Amino acid sequence: MPDTALEQLKRSGRIVVVGASLAGLRAAETMREKGFAGSLTLIGDEPYEPYDRPPLSKSVLLGRADADRTLLPRRRALDAEWRLGVPADGLDMAARTVRLADGDTVPYDRLLIATGVRARPWPNEAEGELDGVFTLRTRDDGAALARALAAGPRRVLVIGAGFTGSEIASACRERGLEVTVAERGDGPLVGALGGVIGAVAAELQREHGVDLRTGIMVTGLEGDATGRVRAAHLSDGTTLECDVVVVSLGAQRNTEWLTGSGLGAGPRGIACDAGCRAFDIRGIVTDDIYVAGDVARSPHALFGYQFLSLEHWGNAVAQAETAAHNMLSESTERRPHLWVPAFWSSQFGVNIKSVGVPSMGTEIMIAQGSRAERRFTGVYGYQGRVIGAVTFDNSRWLQFYEQQIEATAPFPLPFTTVDRRSDGHKPMPADFPDPSVPTHGPTITLSGYSPADRRITFTPAGH
Amino acid sequence: MRLVVDLNRCQGYAQCAFLAPDVFAMHGDEGLLYDPQAEAAQRERVAQAAAACPVQAILVDELDLAAAGEAPDA
Ligand SMILES: Cc1cc2nc3c(=O)[nH]c(=O)nc-3n(C[C@H](O)[C@H](O)[C@H](O)COP(=O)(O)OP(=O)(O)OC[C@H]3O[C@@H](n4cnc5c(N)ncnc54)[C@H](O)[C@@H]3O)c2cc1C
Ligand code: SF4
Repeated sequence: MPDTALEQLKRSGRIVVVGASLAGLRAAETMREKGFAGSLTLIGDEPYEPYDRPPLSKSVLLGRADADRTLLPRRRALDAEWRLGVPADGLDMAARTVRLADGDTVPYDRLLIATGVRARPWPNEAEGELDGVFTLRTRDDGAALARALAAGPRRVLVIGAGFTGSEIASACRERGLEVTVAERGDGPLVGALGGVIGAVAAELQREHGVDLRTGIMVTGLEGDATGRVRAAHLSDGTTLECDVVVVSLGAQRNTEWLTGSGLGAGPRGIACDAGCRAFDIRGIVTDDIYVAGDVARSPHALFGYQFLSLEHWGNAVAQAETAAHNMLSESTERRPHLWVPAFWSSQFGVNIKSVGVPSMGTEIMIAQGSRAERRFTGVYGYQGRVIGAVTFDNSRWLQFYEQQIEATAPFPLPFTTVDRRSDGHKPMPADFPDPSVPTHGPTITLSGYSPADRRITFTPAGH
Repeated sequence: MRLVVDLNRCQGYAQCAFLAPDVFAMHGDEGLLYDPQAEAAQRERVAQAAAACPVQAILVDELDLAAAGEAPDA
């Protein structure tokens, strides 16, 4: 075998991964699986080994698992150097080094950026620091919130009814706690799934005893003399007494550390090509810097080559594997990241799953089951084709609709694929909120073609 | 021992909940809750559950299975 640059890289190169969570870990494992024998460094600002986040809003809050016991299983031994508990705070693209907050610099031949997102904090800093006010993104957040719920608060206020907020409310009710959910939009999950499904989610919450208030904003939080939160002020002029507040307003991309580096990174994430290679700010693709997971935004052939940012567990895994493969391949061997978006959530005893990009849908058909039974499949249409699907306790249908999305099957659906007794033989407007007024952070964000494109369409898909 | 279930893949067939009820439990009709760090005593059952899952959604730590630990920073 000729001793190409790639062979040298595989044998004795230096690969650095910034962000030691789901995407970073799975990428590192894939590199080793592909025979990378050089040095591998994982840099993570959290002091922990990679752990799994989805249980934090589910089994952890139900007291079924501890927040410090969700470490991700390993596919194989890594033989890596771990730099945990120290953030990367700069990138020198010309020198090919990553600077760490402790002053060290780490040189690389290939760099993977997987720094993910963080919880959007409560906009008023002093109010956000009151005792009893939480966000939920990290293991420490999960442990603190689980402790607060176990202490039996009189009323919990959840601000924002995206997926995470709704799961938190569900856990509160399952623990018998009084909970109010304040949502600026017309219903829970409307950003991700639209108003038709939002109405079902709202009924579900109310049936389970959630005090759901929609079309409302929390205008301020009030503490007592000891600095503990005691009440929230709402935009309808009322005051709500509460002793735990969970701010669940979506996420912000962790890209600040790249400011000034020349990489195409900003508040919308890091733009990359379909092969996970990052763009620089001039819109030119880099040769040695790759991106994966929640921090990435990449063009997708199935969705008009729009740039998709996905806050989805499955995307982090799939994109990490593709990035790792491409980092160690000649250009003709590289693969595009063509994963069809897929997401799950469980709340109020219902298993909610989606595929594709529901938020692109302008119309929806209830193709199987019925909303009244809380067991149905909703299929989203966009410009005469199937673009997404959602199931409530009906996940066995999802694979079929995933195939329809991949095949750009026509919408409305022909009756042969639609359940006879369903309540939605006709498509209806999917009723997504005005995209220019985001309700809460998106789980899927669509933006224009070019990384330098300023005419960005913001399509919120609440989380 | 560490494990994770790919819940995109999981179809709620509940085989795992029959085979290792202390680790996996159905929650509602279709949802699955599991203990991501099960006791070592469950190893045998968890391995059976992972093997029986019809969609191969359960990933068990290779290192746990091989009982050869690699701790970061160690
Ligand atoms: C409570 C909760 C529930 C969820 N539930 C679901 C669900 O039901 N279904 C689903 O599909 N998805 C769910 N998700 C989303 C899923 O967890 C994410 O998509 C996934 O974690 C993304 O992985 P990642 O590695 O890209 O990013 P992250 O997991 O965000 O990891 C990024 C890591 O990089 C670190 N980092 C950031 N900046 C730096 C820096 N400068 N230097 C070093 N390190 C840095 C961060 O601290 C973090 O550890 C949930 C997320 C949360 C928080
Ligand atoms: S056996 Fe597999 S598909 Fe069935 S519930 Fe368990 S993980 Fe899900």
